[in-house]
Amino acid sequence: MRWEEEGMKQNAFIMGNKLMGSSPHVFSLIMPSIPITHTQTPYVTGTSVLGIKYKDGVLIAADTAGSYGSTTRYKSVERLRPIGQNTLVGATGEMSDFQTILQILDRLIITNAMFDDDNTLGPPDIHSYLNRVMYNQRNKLDPFWNTLVLGGVKNGVKYLGNVTMLGLHYVDDHVATGFGIHLAQPIFRNEWNEDMTLEQGTKLLEKCMLVLFYRDRSAINKMQIANITEDGVKISEPYALQTKWDYEAFSNPTVGNEGSW
Amino acid sequence: MDAHGPHGPYTTIMAVEYNGGVILGADSRTTTGVYVANRASDKITQLTDNVYLCRSGSAADTQVVSDYVRYFLNQHTIQLGREATVKTAATLVKELAYQNKSFLQAGMIVAGWDKYDGGSVYAVPLGGTLLRLPFATGGSGSSYLYGFLDQAWRPHMSKDEAERFVVKSIALAIARDGASGGVVRTVTVNEHGAERNFFAGDKLPLFHEEIPPGRNSLLA
Repeated sequence: MRWEEEGMKQNAFIMGNKLMGSSPHVFSLIMPSIPITHTQTPYVTGTSVLGIKYKDGVLIAADTAGSYGSTTRYKSVERLRPIGQNTLVGATGEMSDFQTILQILDRLIITNAMFDDDNTLGPPDIHSYLNRVMYNQRNKLDPFWNTLVLGGVKNGVKYLGNVTMLGLHYVDDHVATGFGIHLAQPIFRNEWNEDMTLEQGTKLLEKCMLVLFYRDRSAINKMQIANITEDGVKISEPYALQTKWDYEAFSNPTVGNEGSW
Repeated sequence: MDAHGPHGPYTTIMAVEYNGGVILGADSRTTTGVYVANRASDKITQLTDNVYLCRSGSAADTQVVSDYVRYFLNQHTIQLGREATVKTAATLVKELAYQNKSFLQAGMIVAGWDKYDGGSVYAVPLGGTLLRLPFATGGSGSSYLYGFLDQAWRPHMSKDEAERFVVKSIALAIARDGASGGVVRTVTVNEHGAERNFFAGDKLPLFHEEIPPGRNSLLA
């Protein structure tokens, strides 16, 4: 177990935490008080998230797999979620931490609405807040084991950014996480342009998701795309891409050189 | 990351939603290393009259979690004035699992019936993710079931179909997983309450290369 390996012992059994807004219920066990360090290992994880700006807004895509080590354990995990009216957040990494982040963001939106002053939080505000959340957790050596993609449109301004588990954050015209950094970003750099239509943008994302399905072992062929425009956030129902396996070269690749692959 | 695939939780547990309720199932083997410390253990624990918990992983960890949740739900029911919902029970289990993730090894399934959502199954795997699913499995034996479940599970089973499905699944896992064995225990929870069932080791279906008990052929 983790704490045995580290030689550290938790001096309390925790129920609830400060992030939830109420005082935590802490049950003290009789154990030596040594500094608590966490720095977890992830268990149930989501793979790449891709995001691009296009003519009318922002498109973000992710598959619906929840992996457990090398097993695809859950095949219908929604990794894209709307926040408020104008923003969407997508998560890579540990799903339990993502669920906690969603609760934190939910509280942020509700608290802001309670001011009842017609001010709503836009993508840059959520991005900034998320960055603080991630960085502060990282400073406690207890990170939220996620990389988050944050996109939206407010008052005509398109916004797309990333926040990592270390609290590194940036904005760009196209972003990717996980395997997507290595496989999708190069394609974005070559083929993205500012005036893409919804159809062109979707095609570009689907092309990249297909590459990821072929080459990322944690990816599955069941994905969602979210379209955020001035009118709001729309997340598609899960759907699958058409794959191609009927290349001549695939049918008998080892003829003439037996033993190879 | 790879080393943290299905491992450790030495057991097979599952829960399935059916038309009108849920069926929870588990094997009955507890091992300490290679020795079977208990061949008739009960891994399905009651949290309230209408919510039960399947436990896998460290026996001590899951016992402590279920004790706390039972205590909280008991108080909650008194204060609320009506029975707790499955979602509430599952959220409490998740909260303990998530907040103490660095030193718990507990994979749990919460299932039950309430009048708002009917039968519900919630998985709480290592790490403390909370997922509502039509069916869930856990423990080391569950590795052997993914293929079978992908092929054989259908939504909207009847109570008898669902129970036979659970028993068959656990029996298949027991057949291949050394850490699972013994009897199959099931608990059926619906609007009428909860009902325990017991399927003895020698009454389970037999599979490939397994034979029924018989007479020694030399003594014919």
